[in-house]
Amino acid sequence: MASPQGTSPLTQRELIDTYFMDHRVQVLELAAYLDRLDRAAALDGEDDFRLRATREALAVLTDGEKDRTLRAQMIFSDPRTDLLPSLDRKGALGAYDADSAES
Amino acid sequence: MEYVDLHAHMVSRTTDDYRRMAMTGCVAVTEPAFWAGYDHPSAAVFADYFDRLTDFEPKRAAAVGIEHYTWLCLNPKEGEDRALAREVIDLIPGFLDRPNVLGIGEIGLNRVTRNELATFVDHVELALEHEQLIHIHTPHLEDKYKGTRVIVETLAADGRIDPSRVMVDHAEEHTIEMILEHGFWTGLTLYPTTKVSPGRAIDMVEIYGPERICVASACDWGDSDPLAVPALVLEMRRRGHPETLIRQVVYANPVEFLGQSPKFALARRERETTTG
Repeated sequence: MASPQGTSPLTQRELIDTYFMDHRVQVLELAAYLDRLDRAAALDGEDDFRLRATREALAVLTDGEKDRTLRAQMIFSDPRTDLLPSLDRKGALGAYDADSAES
Repeated sequence: MEYVDLHAHMVSRTTDDYRRMAMTGCVAVTEPAFWAGYDHPSAAVFADYFDRLTDFEPKRAAAVGIEHYTWLCLNPKEGEDRALAREVIDLIPGFLDRPNVLGIGEIGLNRVTRNELATFVDHVELALEHEQLIHIHTPHLEDKYKGTRVIVETLAADGRIDPSRVMVDHAEEHTIEMILEHGFWTGLTLYPTTKVSPGRAIDMVEIYGPERICVASACDWGDSDPLAVPALVLEMRRRGHPETLIRQVVYANPVEFLGQSPKFALARRERETTTG
């Protein structure tokens, strides 16, 4: 469902007045995380599927289109519905690694 | 404001947490059987666990005026072990008559394997055979979309399933629509990092409407907050929502879903109050 305009009871101005500071710090935290990756002792994670997904999701945030949360969720998600033949590990990793996925 | 925490793993929480929940308006919790953070070594351990869920925890909750209800199963993280699953499923009917058991749960999928799905289906059969409500865990993070799709499609293909008696929990932005459009109830779990924040939960209530949506803390042994539901109440007020809507989400909706079990006393009392 495309997020319908008008479902938030607060106006844009009210949302900004109430939540700007909360989200300002989140933007800075993300920026600092990316800077930290640039300053890392070794640049050995550029191809990491989690970093790739993060960069792809960040692009969604600024593309000017709607439903950013849903689209970011799908970037991190395994889009397939076929069953794994057996359990490979107990926990999830947070992002789908298409390169190492079993077919 | 009074609220029901529909998903709280109180075996992992302290009596202080029960007290703080009561002080912030919690009148009832429902506790699904879950993964303890390690695999249970045998079915006998599950019998002990079910005994705790149906005897010790209700007493601990009652001491601070909270009604405690529970759901029984072998959880999805252990669903790969088919032999253990069969043993545990055989145990469950012996507990279903206990006064605080509302149904089968939290069943579902973890990594979405063939064995996990077979164990999930066995639990659904058990619920149908004993006319129990069903509470479903959907997988976390990158597995959530595929796991939720498999669960929803499996249940939708079974004509015996009444979706109004099924709660598909842990919904997020990319799964809530498929759950609601098939007629199931859904839960938004207010759990840091891996699930949804109060702000995102409110977004989904605003976009999809409050019908068939419940919220819960899913507090357990991990980083989690047993006061997540009252935190959502506060946030809904900041977002300009009326008290009637807030009450529907945190109280009336869970009472309506859980009240389909005759054991859920809160719904019985609500009906008696309404009818005078």
